[in-house]
Amino acid sequence: MDFINGITLLLIYELVGEACTLLLRLPIPGPVLGMMFLFLTLMWRRQIPSSLNLASETLLGHLSLLFVPAGVGVMIHFERILQESMAISLTLLLSTIITMTVTATIMEVTQRLLS
Amino acid sequence: MPSANLTEIWVYLSASPLLGLTITLIAYSLAYRLYRTARYSPLLNPVVTSVATLILFLSATRTPYPAYFEGGQFVHFLLGPATVALAVPLYQQFAKLKTLWLPVAIAILTGSSVGALSAVFLARLLGASTQTQLSLAPKSVTTPVAMGISEQIGGLPSLTAALVVTTGVMGALGGTTLLRLLRIKNDSVKGITMGVTAHGIGTARSFQVSSEMGAFSGLGMALSALTTAVMLPWLLNLMQ
Repeated sequence: MDFINGITLLLIYELVGEACTLLLRLPIPGPVLGMMFLFLTLMWRRQIPSSLNLASETLLGHLSLLFVPAGVGVMIHFERILQESMAISLTLLLSTIITMTVTATIMEVTQRLLS
Repeated sequence: MPSANLTEIWVYLSASPLLGLTITLIAYSLAYRLYRTARYSPLLNPVVTSVATLILFLSATRTPYPAYFEGGQFVHFLLGPATVALAVPLYQQFAKLKTLWLPVAIAILTGSSVGALSAVFLARLLGASTQTQLSLAPKSVTTPVAMGISEQIGGLPSLTAALVVTTGVMGALGGTTLLRLLRIKNDSVKGITMGVTAHGIGTARSFQVSSEMGAFSGLGMALSALTTAVMLPWLLNLMQ
């Protein structure tokens, strides 16, 4: 029962997040808003119910699985990807390296400057 | 005539969501077992091996992707509640986050802008079509959010999903090595970097290193999804 309660809680927050995004026409995705609401609730309650802990550990413990169906979607774009393979693969590789280097360096430097 | 029966059974099963869902779980559990046997070598990332196995299976049986996704969508759907669940590790790391909020905020703002703009700029430079450029823009953002952004700016959501997964795998594969070369020692910095660059797949990898790195990666992923969703349409307007 604990797991059911936990997942229900997560779905309620997602639903509320989704509803707010639609009603207020926010550019923020529903699940992200739901996460913010849940975070604020936890800050206010100052404890994590065991049901929520169980459900979130289960979902986050196998986060990789959840990306599989979207990943398989690459098969419908084989043609485009082959045609633009050079541009796409170089962009992904270089942009990933640039993003990582910039993010890590900026955070490392600001952290050092501020401490 | 057993062969005719088998064909009939196949026709029935391949049209029902049961098959797509079951093969997704079988492929993942085999991929995960292989990954564990290989002592979690990043080269055998379970996302890559299970996606490859599924594509081979679907091509061999001539099953179109939409038929597969009828079942796959049940797994895909859980990305929503999983995103909400990130509030839990975030709350657990809050004490640490409180002391670091300014470096975290600056890193996420710059990181997610650089992530999106470098992708569009490089793709344009290398001669990719406009639609591909736009589909590449949200590549560092977690799948459900990236697909939404892609649709909004005029990309192809399903192409974006594939590009997002590829980016995540690249980050998970090379991220720890690159961070070592950059001489980053703090798990908080490593986590934020992984989350901003490689979203959920990088977060899954980070949780293997330490729960602190995982929590910060989850934070990086959630906040960069938020930042990119808000800023990207505006940034692209500036670039035009």
